[in-house]
Amino acid sequence: MRTRTGTVAAAGLLALTTGCGAADMTQQASPFAGAQGTKSVTLSVQSWVGAQANVAVARYLLEHELGYRVDTVQIDEVPAWDALSQGRVDALLEDWGHPEEEQRYVEDKKTIVNGGGLGVTGHIGWYVPTYFAKQHPDVTDWKNLDKYADEFRTPESGGKGQLMDGSPSYVTNDKALVKNLKLDYQVVFAGSEAAQITQIKQFAKEKKPFLTYWYSPQWLFRKVPMTEVKLPAYEEGCDADPAAVACAYPHTPLQKYLNADFARDGGEAAAFLKKFRWTTEDQNAVSLMIAEQRLTPEEAARKWVDSHESTWRAWLP
Amino acid sequence: MASITATAPRALPALLRNRAAAKLGLLALAAVVLVPLAQARWTGGAWPEALTVDLTGPLTGVSDWIIDNRDSHPLFLYFFGHVSNAVVLCVRAVYLALLAAGWAGVTAVAAFLAWRFAGVRQALGTAAAFLACGLLGMWVPTMQTLALMVVAVLASVAVGALLGLAAGLSDRMDRALRPVLDTMQVLPAFAYLLPVVLVFGIGVPAAVLATVVYAAPPMARLTALGLRGADQGVLEAVESLGATARQRLVTARIPLARGQLLLGLNQTIMMALSMAVIASVIGAGGLGDRVYQALATVDVGAALAAGIPIVLLAVVLDRVTAAAGDGGTAGHRAGWTYALGAALAVAVAGRLLGRTDWPEAWTLNIAEPVNRAVDWMTAHLYSGVPVVGGTADWAGRFTTWVLDPLRDGLLWLPWWSVLLVVAALAWLIGTWRTALTAVLAMAAIGVLGVWEPALDTLSQVLAAVAVTLVLGFATAVAAARSDRFERLLRPVLDVFQTMPQFVYLIPVVALFGVGRAPAVAAAVVYALPAVVRITAQGLREVDPAAMESSRSLGATGGQQLRQVQLPLARPALLLAVNQGVVLVLAVVIIGGLVGGGALGYDVVFGLAQGDLATGLVAGAAIVCLGLMLDRVTQPTDRRAKKGA
Repeated sequence: MRTRTGTVAAAGLLALTTGCGAADMTQQASPFAGAQGTKSVTLSVQSWVGAQANVAVARYLLEHELGYRVDTVQIDEVPAWDALSQGRVDALLEDWGHPEEEQRYVEDKKTIVNGGGLGVTGHIGWYVPTYFAKQHPDVTDWKNLDKYADEFRTPESGGKGQLMDGSPSYVTNDKALVKNLKLDYQVVFAGSEAAQITQIKQFAKEKKPFLTYWYSPQWLFRKVPMTEVKLPAYEEGCDADPAAVACAYPHTPLQKYLNADFARDGGEAAAFLKKFRWTTEDQNAVSLMIAEQRLTPEEAARKWVDSHESTWRAWLP
Repeated sequence: MASITATAPRALPALLRNRAAAKLGLLALAAVVLVPLAQARWTGGAWPEALTVDLTGPLTGVSDWIIDNRDSHPLFLYFFGHVSNAVVLCVRAVYLALLAAGWAGVTAVAAFLAWRFAGVRQALGTAAAFLACGLLGMWVPTMQTLALMVVAVLASVAVGALLGLAAGLSDRMDRALRPVLDTMQVLPAFAYLLPVVLVFGIGVPAAVLATVVYAAPPMARLTALGLRGADQGVLEAVESLGATARQRLVTARIPLARGQLLLGLNQTIMMALSMAVIASVIGAGGLGDRVYQALATVDVGAALAAGIPIVLLAVVLDRVTAAAGDGGTAGHRAGWTYALGAALAVAVAGRLLGRTDWPEAWTLNIAEPVNRAVDWMTAHLYSGVPVVGGTADWAGRFTTWVLDPLRDGLLWLPWWSVLLVVAALAWLIGTWRTALTAVLAMAAIGVLGVWEPALDTLSQVLAAVAVTLVLGFATAVAAARSDRFERLLRPVLDVFQTMPQFVYLIPVVALFGVGRAPAVAAAVVYALPAVVRITAQGLREVDPAAMESSRSLGATGGQQLRQVQLPLARPALLLAVNQGVVLVLAVVIIGGLVGGGALGYDVVFGLAQGDLATGLVAGAAIVCLGLMLDRVTQPTDRRAKKGA
């Protein structure tokens, strides 16, 4: 009895390991993709609304103009690189700069290719609400921040001023910055953009002062006007050593990345995604519709598409 | 489940006290010898630097190796690749079948199954639940989740039943498997998503496998329990008829264990569903993904619209499998055939009419009114409420007066004293083995170099457990005294228990601001139902004779409660504490998404940045923390359930 079980197990293992041949880990799409037997594209969506706006418009045009079925996968940037390399998703439409991943996947493994610029320039910085900056104009220079530490204090910041950071997926040097600029501040991580936005809105409703890590383009600026705090100017390479950073964040032209196979064999969809290129205003308009007017991404995309035909006509292959 | 049960002689309190004193004496003796040694070698209260191991190098190496070899190494090509492919194929097959059946067909077949296994009421409930999913505009995501669930549950049941079979038939396997299953069950799912993702990549295969790890243990445990609990008389009778070992198993032991097996299935389904949402963080799709995406746009209404189908699925599956476990309705063959025919006819009719997709006109938009309600609530409750102050003020006070002192106090304690306290608590409630496990788990946290964030997390857990127990015991006492209140409470508890935590993360931030307070609030909401249920059941099961005699002696209601009910329900109360602790820990970690910081943040960071070193170390520390808390609160007689 025992020997027989053993034989069966061994045979099964053998069949599993040799009989069926090699399984390619890079050729696995989502089981939900293209269920109706149509040609399909899988796009990755990052958690922030700007990324959702890109995907919403790309998806709308792919579906309505080019006849594709589009699936989306919600995933953060770094894992998205990994997923792109494995072919789990076909495109990442908004990347904020990941030199390590670029080296690994684009240069070394050649499984991902650059899909060109998105047309939007991203910038990260420290912001205070404009109503507070108007009352205290000198708060907009980092050298004066310590003076206001008391005003920015919260129960979470332990006697220091609170610098609110967002999602762990964001590019940030804030801990090093606070330390290296010798500021009397504590970095408090909101843990997700949703939590951060909710908290900013609550502060703004009461006209309370706050200091936060934030980035543009971002729709929230229209709801809660914020003014950037000047940090020591950015120079090429000043952020090379993560522990020694003492300068502002750069202005980054956001990039698109495509899976290499998809870029080569993706037909009209790949050609379209490579040409997709719009402005900060366009993106913000769609973002605001999604996040503030609570339209579904599809409705927001339709509204934008209806009124910007000249822009997107040029993207079609 | 309690692996090592101390036979605490409740009837001999004097002896018990003596044994407790002896244990504490021994510990004190050990402390007197060891503490000066430790103090002399490593001064200071914080965990000594010399006793930590930095795993960043090796873990980053492993992570790089996997990424570099994932597409070419035989281990992946011939093993993980096939596993992954098989999962994708199965899920796809189920999903396509569900889509092909159309909404009418799926609803009809589901109602038919519910009717056969659980009766007419459950059938109507099932049909209503499925229609509601469509009505909320969530038909396709619901089918995706269902497809994922079917495969994950089948795999969990297969794995669990195999393990349970082994443990049920062999004592040695039982002993070997127990700690493994124990560990699998106290693991918060959030902690091991990262390694699964690294091997399988994001998406469905990783989600299914993570779910199996999470959901298989109850099946294994209950299978083993059922096999072991089979009536000896029946087994002997079967043996005397000359049955072989295998015949005995198939004809007697397994049928006798039917109740336990179905309870195991029930528990597995519930846990798999709760995982369906957490797995959305790694791209599992379906309803969980909708909830998670709604979270990103701070859209509570949309999150609720995707959360309700999950609750409905959970309630339906729970009731149907529970009713099937209780015996269900025995059917005639003719009934089966007719009903199945009717269900199929509905499916075919739906198909012929070309109505397989849920008609878009039949959807109900609940997002907007819900969002208005949430906005109103946060606008009026956040601050400036006269006399009592707003929720933000409470959160601030809770942070300053409870969380901060607790955290600072724990961090102020010298490391060896924390270990001693853990040892004392675990030993008093369990055996020297449980104490040893607890101490080793706590020490492992120090060795991993995350002593401070772990104590931060611990302080949040302690505060949340305290609040949960106060609220939970009070509610349970009320529920145990009034049948009507309990009936009213039941659906509320169902909803709280099955609603994905992601849905209420945003409302708690809107009410309590960013920080540790909302994490604690979310944890309380999640853990409360289990504590209330277990406690209320324990109080109700108190021997009526004891209650009656105390009443005849003239005890008032309060005296009765304090002096008779609570002492007699002690095992249930201990179990409630234990479950409360495990559940609170699971959510406090997710609290990393709303500013809870500490280990939870590190896990999210690891996932978001693909940083195996940070994520895995934090995950391991959470597991150790869970093990320690479980052992310190492990009652001598624990039921084989997680999440009650």
